[in-house]
Amino acid sequence: MALAFTIFFVIPLVFVIIVSFWDYNEYQMIPAFVFRGYVESFEGCYTRLPELCTILATYLKTVKLCFIVWLITLLIGFTVAYFLAFHVKSKTWQIALSLLCTIPFWTSNVIRMIAWIPLLGRNGLVNSALIDMGLVTSPIEWLLYSEFSIVLALVHLFTFFMIVPIFNSMMRIDKRLIEAAYDAGATGWQTLWNVIIPLCKPGIVIGSIFVITIVMGDFITIGVMGGQQVAAAGKIIEVRLNALQFPAAAANAVILLGITFLIITMLNKLVDVRKEL
Amino acid sequence: MSLASSVELINVTKQFQNSVAVDAIDLQIAAGTYCCLLGPSGCGKTTTLRMIAGHEAATSGDIILGAQNVTDLPPAKRGTAMMFQSYALFPHLTVINNVAFALKMRGVAKSDRLEKAAKLLHLVDMSPYAERLPAQLSGGQQQRVALARALITEPQVLLLDEPLSALDPFLRIRMRAELKRLQRELGITFIHVTHGQDEAMALADKIVLMNNGKIAQVGSPRDVYNAPRSEFVARFIGGHNVLMSGTKNIAVRFDQMKLLGSKAKTKGPSLSGHVSEIEYQGNAFHVSMKSDDGQELALHLAEAEFDAAPLDVGSLIITTWDPASAHALG
Repeated sequence: MALAFTIFFVIPLVFVIIVSFWDYNEYQMIPAFVFRGYVESFEGCYTRLPELCTILATYLKTVKLCFIVWLITLLIGFTVAYFLAFHVKSKTWQIALSLLCTIPFWTSNVIRMIAWIPLLGRNGLVNSALIDMGLVTSPIEWLLYSEFSIVLALVHLFTFFMIVPIFNSMMRIDKRLIEAAYDAGATGWQTLWNVIIPLCKPGIVIGSIFVITIVMGDFITIGVMGGQQVAAAGKIIEVRLNALQFPAAAANAVILLGITFLIITMLNKLVDVRKEL
Repeated sequence: MSLASSVELINVTKQFQNSVAVDAIDLQIAAGTYCCLLGPSGCGKTTTLRMIAGHEAATSGDIILGAQNVTDLPPAKRGTAMMFQSYALFPHLTVINNVAFALKMRGVAKSDRLEKAAKLLHLVDMSPYAERLPAQLSGGQQQRVALARALITEPQVLLLDEPLSALDPFLRIRMRAELKRLQRELGITFIHVTHGQDEAMALADKIVLMNNGKIAQVGSPRDVYNAPRSEFVARFIGGHNVLMSGTKNIAVRFDQMKLLGSKAKTKGPSLSGHVSEIEYQGNAFHVSMKSDDGQELALHLAEAEFDAAPLDVGSLIITTWDPASAHALG
């Protein structure tokens, strides 16, 4: 366990951090200890403040996308988990419906993303339907290759990662607690807010960590669904890699890692995850 | 604190998909009574309690609390409060917030509800534990907290679902005494579900013995113990031999059976047989015997009486009883 952890996680991470401080030219990396990888990424950013330079704007956009996706997956994931845990009474149905939630994972990521195009494109199903119904006169442009489509695809993919841990937390709630709340005169919403949500906190935090870490590092979904028009932090790293600027790519990876780590630390402050595992 | 209220069930039935849990029962419980619903598991006692609480809807019949028909009211509108089996304390809330929960739901201001909760914690002797979480308390302490939580709404009827079953025997007897004291001091109606006849005998003003969804017998513990109406009651309440007498069954208490010398003659009824087991129970010897005609019975012998003529397993004995102490069973 410790060995696997070291080989697959610790060593690569240490290399990334070391390389991020190396120097580089057009065709090779030069072992050194410089901040060029970090500094060049933010070149001119300070002088242009308060206007945002490209790289800051990109990080900001990544965080914003991440926040929107997190919020929507949380709302949908919580609702679905609640339905599964408290409204579906039979075990068989619970299992069947949970399996249904895994359908997005039955095909590869690429196919799933491509499948959105005939649906959302200029001449796609949604636009044709809207035009036929007379609701719009010309196709809606923002359905595909936009932030909307990125969020849609990410939510579609990752809601399941929210459902599972929250459902797991909910199944551990003693049903008598809900009865006790009802006995004390709590309404449905009061029970939800005062009993169920506090007891689901561990599930919510674990699900949030899944979603946030995946979305922060994603560049394929954002690239495809954004029609390569929307940049994200993952994209910066990819571009640097393609330019063979490995130290710069590593530097950006370290920055991204730092931001993600910060968010997760904040979430951890809310609840002691270790206690719940 | 609050006024007690009487409870009346009229022809109450609860039917689940393919079984009748409670079968058309009628029951009156006077205000301020300590009533125990007693019976084996699956007899319908818990379902009855949950219907009174409002956590289970009656299939038919009416439930009257005081002067109000509460059959279709939600629990919090009935003037009842329930103490759940294994307590169902909210694990994420401190003791004082558990107790204050119902008031918080009603929108009572924080300082007011905490003050009231502190008073109730004092009532159940739990004041020093106000800031603990339920997981940090022992079973007996959790039970006190659950009691305080149920009492904060000043219910007219307190419903207790097997409140003592999670406790060890010593604690059970202590908490039993405390429940009784509390009921006496508060003066409200308690309805307590249990499967332990000793618990019911110790606590109840009124025992409601149930079997197969029906009420087998209602009465004070002494009434039920001294005059069991059926074989089921005699066997469940304990301490009785059920004997064949002609075509009918009769019940005779263990401690009203007498031992005759092996050669003595008796005018009254008698059974002869062999001792199958002897247990020393401190206050008496519990002698089990198998009669020659195949009946199992037992008698209690005082220690002095046993010492005067010691018995062994296998000894031949003859027992008799006063016909006046025998009860015909229906």
